[in-house]
Amino acid sequence: MSVRKLLNQYRAERRKALVSFLMVGDPNLEATELYARTLVNSGTDILELGVPFSDPMADGPLIQRSSQRALKNQVRMKDVMGLVERLRISRITTPIVLFTYFNPLLAMGVSPFAQQSARSGVDAVLVVDLPPEEATEYRQILSREGVETVFLASPTTSEGRLRLIDDCSTGCVYYVSRTGTTGVQNGVSETLKSELQALKKICDQPVIVGFGVSTPDHARNVALLADGVVVGSAFIQLIEKNLIHLNLGIVQSISDLALFGTQLATAVRGASQKES
Amino acid sequence: MKFGKFGGSFVPETLVGPLFELNQAFQDSKQDPQFQEELNSILKNFVGRATPLTEAKRLTEKLGGARIYLKREDLAHTGAHKINNTIGQILVAKKMGKRRIVAETGAGQHGVATATAAALLGMECVIYMGAIDVRRQSMNVQRMELLGAKVIPVENGSRTLRDAISEAMRDWITEIRTTYYLLGSVLGPHPYPEMVRDFQKVIGIEARQQILETEGRLPDELVACVGGGSNSIGLFYPFLDDKSVVMTGVEAGGHGIPSGRHAARFATGSPGVFHGTKTYLLQDQDGQILNTESISAGLDYPGVGPEHAALKESGRTQYTHATDEEALSAFRILAKEEGIIPALESAHAIAYVIKRAPELLRSQLILVNLSGRGDKDLGCQ
Repeated sequence: MSVRKLLNQYRAERRKALVSFLMVGDPNLEATELYARTLVNSGTDILELGVPFSDPMADGPLIQRSSQRALKNQVRMKDVMGLVERLRISRITTPIVLFTYFNPLLAMGVSPFAQQSARSGVDAVLVVDLPPEEATEYRQILSREGVETVFLASPTTSEGRLRLIDDCSTGCVYYVSRTGTTGVQNGVSETLKSELQALKKICDQPVIVGFGVSTPDHARNVALLADGVVVGSAFIQLIEKNLIHLNLGIVQSISDLALFGTQLATAVRGASQKES
Repeated sequence: MKFGKFGGSFVPETLVGPLFELNQAFQDSKQDPQFQEELNSILKNFVGRATPLTEAKRLTEKLGGARIYLKREDLAHTGAHKINNTIGQILVAKKMGKRRIVAETGAGQHGVATATAAALLGMECVIYMGAIDVRRQSMNVQRMELLGAKVIPVENGSRTLRDAISEAMRDWITEIRTTYYLLGSVLGPHPYPEMVRDFQKVIGIEARQQILETEGRLPDELVACVGGGSNSIGLFYPFLDDKSVVMTGVEAGGHGIPSGRHAARFATGSPGVFHGTKTYLLQDQDGQILNTESISAGLDYPGVGPEHAALKESGRTQYTHATDEEALSAFRILAKEEGIIPALESAHAIAYVIKRAPELLRSQLILVNLSGRGDKDLGCQ
């Protein structure tokens, strides 16, 4: 199912979505596949899969390290596509968003990338360093192949540009809940509520919120204000922590992800139906 | 604005609005006579411009070909051309009401020039520098700290200029409302490549006037080293319409092109998007950015300024490279023959001149940008 369709359906049902991020290839491809299944089985509504990049300038230290571990394993864009394909073959129907920097996509070629995405079962793509102003050709090609686009909005986005971002996003709008890089935070910004209220007046697209959401409590609070909540670095932190156990770490991570994923999903569901 | 199919603004959303504001402030400053007056006054009375144009007579004799002139950016305050840009941008930052400056540095020259400009205008200053560069350019770290800047060693990835830029950008993304990012070369998202070139073109404007006064004619060839490409674009830009003038940029050949351990983007690179701009990059087939290697920290970067990429594709400029060994040899030759110790970056330009001058006639003129002085490099050779 497409990201937009799912979020619109949830909206009609007054239900909120949990979006879970994994870096593909950290600590290896097989593990990511197991982790993805675990998260889906624990109630994740949308999977966001990160494509490793050598110079991730929008990411904090956790995702930088995660990306480096994946690159060390020689995991590249084509491997990410392969993973998505395997998930689809095994009947995982959860919408999948790719999170990537522009250069690995450009190296593959925008058209081959879009075709491969469609073939593999990628539903939507978010390119973190591609604002709509630079994305004219990219949008045309993705739309031609039936792959949805997700663009970022942030606290520094003007009202005029918010309209542009809303127009250019065919999957949903991803609101960056604070200025800064990705990472684990202790709380949710106090101005988030008013920012999202203003945002919702302008955006027709569903809005998911991420960057710094790291506990079930945060997730619940954010879910009250948006269509979906993205959790990323907190999963990566958990996976990283278990690396000291080598192969047993993967088993440990699966059990930790199942528990934490379920807690998050429960918290997000708790926010459903409660929105004013 | 784009340079042909290069340039642009490929940045995370948080930076898009602030870059619009920066561009507005920069465009306004060009029309603002008070801004221009303040800039020119600081360049004259603090930086010590105009810098001289020196004829390298003994080097010319030794090489036995074209006559060689040196544009002496090593004589600008702080010892390199970098100060031209930092003074300009710090005035833009002041105009925007910013009080905190972040910058990256490779060799440390841009860091020193930023710390100097920040001290001059009483601003808080934080410099990100790769941990390897902190070690190989320790004297410049001391200078920055003396000037009141906080130097943060970057331990990520390559631990050189490339990761220093990423880290400075992350700081900027986080502290976007209070902080001005003072980028040191003609790199990054719009408007940086255009703005830095505008503040550096004073090099070429002066050099053009000086050579016309001295020789009554234009040079046959301009030569400059190219890291990000700010000193070279500063020299080349005012000559772009002088069709008879050949322009040659010299990249870092490191251990030689076949070794793969170099920073010669135009030799083996290809177009891609990195650090906010579309340009020539050293990358693998999957679009991952490659590590570079050069004895000179200031040239050790996998991307080149987008305007250079456009000029190269149009055929207006040409690019070559000098190896570590050739640069070190040029470093010693210039010191001995002319009494000038060049920065290792600038020594790459001299290394090309040493090969090129004998191929030309005595009636021909080469003008080379001596972009910085080499005191900082005494530990490296």
